[in-house]
Amino acid sequence: MRLLIDIAVTLLRAKLRQSIIAAVGVMFSIAMFVTLLGFMNGLNQLLDGLILNRTPHVRLYNELKVSDLQPIDLVHPMDTNTTNGGSYNMIRSVKPKDELPRLRNATAIMEALEKDDRVMSVSPRLVAQVLFNIGTTDLTGVVNGVEVMKEVQYYKFQDYLVKGDPYDLASGNNTIVLGKGLADLMEAKVGDLVQVTTATGDRSMLRVVGYFQTGVADYDKVQCYANIKTVQKLLARPGSYYTDINVKLHDLTNAPTLAREFASRFGVQAVDIQTANAQFETGSDVRNIISYAVGVVLLVVAGFGIYNILNMMIYEKLDAIAILKATGFNGSDVQRIFLLLSIIIGVVGGLGGLVFGFTLQKVIDNIPFNTEALPTVKTYPIDYSLEYYVIAVSFALLTTWVAGWFPARKASQVDPVEIIRGK
Amino acid sequence: MVLEVEKVNKYFHDPVTIQVLKDVSLSVAQGEFVSITGKSGCGKSTLLYILSTMDTDYEGELRIDGEATRMATPARLAAIRNEKIGFVFQFHYLLTEFSVLHNVMLPGLKLGKKSKAEVEHRAMELLRELEIGDHALKGANQISGGQKQRVAIARAMINDPHIIMGDEPTGNLDSRNSEIVFEIFQRIAQEHKRSLLVVTHDEDFAKRTDRIIEMDDGRVVS
Repeated sequence: MRLLIDIAVTLLRAKLRQSIIAAVGVMFSIAMFVTLLGFMNGLNQLLDGLILNRTPHVRLYNELKVSDLQPIDLVHPMDTNTTNGGSYNMIRSVKPKDELPRLRNATAIMEALEKDDRVMSVSPRLVAQVLFNIGTTDLTGVVNGVEVMKEVQYYKFQDYLVKGDPYDLASGNNTIVLGKGLADLMEAKVGDLVQVTTATGDRSMLRVVGYFQTGVADYDKVQCYANIKTVQKLLARPGSYYTDINVKLHDLTNAPTLAREFASRFGVQAVDIQTANAQFETGSDVRNIISYAVGVVLLVVAGFGIYNILNMMIYEKLDAIAILKATGFNGSDVQRIFLLLSIIIGVVGGLGGLVFGFTLQKVIDNIPFNTEALPTVKTYPIDYSLEYYVIAVSFALLTTWVAGWFPARKASQVDPVEIIRGK
Repeated sequence: MVLEVEKVNKYFHDPVTIQVLKDVSLSVAQGEFVSITGKSGCGKSTLLYILSTMDTDYEGELRIDGEATRMATPARLAAIRNEKIGFVFQFHYLLTEFSVLHNVMLPGLKLGKKSKAEVEHRAMELLRELEIGDHALKGANQISGGQKQRVAIARAMINDPHIIMGDEPTGNLDSRNSEIVFEIFQRIAQEHKRSLLVVTHDEDFAKRTDRIIEMDDGRVVS
């Protein structure tokens, strides 16, 4: 084998320019493959992150709706047996019961969820519709009462906080973080007091401690965050009053099953992230398919380059093949020599491609990318996953092997008598 | 016997089937210097390539060093060529990418019975014996035609084969270089006790060999 490698290397050195061109072809395609996938996936993660970072995997809530069983159904159940005449209960204009939109038994549910080892974190929320009073006009808004430190830990709250410190919100009483859009409308500066009216007419003054920006303008014009205790006080509700429980799971893919399980176990409504955001996975998948397709095409083109060059080399080296065979090298030796040529080109080009690809990724990673929508992003995103490098190199080896195999086979079948007598 | 053939028949099928070798039988003993002569197209080269084991499309028996080759696998035939047969062709067929020394060494390295250093030593010995030791490190393209043919002879000798076959080995050389090649061949037969089987149409060359096999129209006539 040493001898065959030796021969292959010598043949390559004799055709140095062609060999380098072939290797550069592989190098470029590998580099493009790695860069493209890294960039695409960086973008994917960024865009998915917009949703994934801030969305609970399962959200438990209590929707106010009409009861399925009205009092008359309990006294006189519907009779579908038509032989006795049968009967239906018909009630028009049924309205939901006067009930608070809270989760019953929220504390007990949270305790049960905390013990579940499929669950990563449990955080309560209290969402309140409010009006912000500015002079004589009112702006509608939604105040999300949250446990600030849990939001920071599990939902990257601080990433969206363009001004202010989450600790101020966590520790302060009667403090609020306004959506950037809302703050601009109200011309509220950090430290200002804003007046808030709840749906029941209670008024309070809250101090602005920061702005946050998600990039979705409509959302930023309405949503605000406050400590959950502040919102409970605002609504004059007790400390166990929550409207939502947000659950983050260890495994995202379990969300639909667990949502159903929690809904029936706790008697609440539950929605999973896949149902709530069906579009985001589709988008990522399509982008992934496109980038893989382009990458594979690049490699196949490089493969054809190698195939061509090896084919040419075999025609030029017919004499050498004939004499190798005449002096005792058998067909499989010759095949191995040419396969080695191809694989050496593949390995050299592939490794060069990884280095070049990494460099390109670094370059893209340093190009400034400022957008209103993504306050924390300063440069183009890149995903430096090792996965792409591994895929690229294995695919490069596979392509070069296939591209080399056919010419190598042809070389192994060269009949030395025909070549030597042909002169 | 180093080489024996019995009743070899060979046909070419393209464009029409014609018989090019008719019941050819011959044998070569150790240390014998044999030449095959005949007119162009009489089948002498065709016979040589069958004897070389490179052409396997024939009928009859071929034994090299007592081993029947008719049913041997291509890999085994390659091994036989490597170890037991040396070739010298009309054209030198050196690998131009390699140095003179490396060209001579290749079949020896392929055989793998000696270390690289030993093969190199033996190759240098042969090159010196053929008076081209000074050119050992030159590229195969940087030496003259006569020198190239001597390198080819050294390459044929590297594994100490039982028999060296030549297809018009002097056909491309001037008379002075032909003389040198002939003398080398004679020395190989007499001093090294190797057999030689050379196809030639050079009458003077043939006359000076131990035995002449004359062919005509696919048959051995004398």
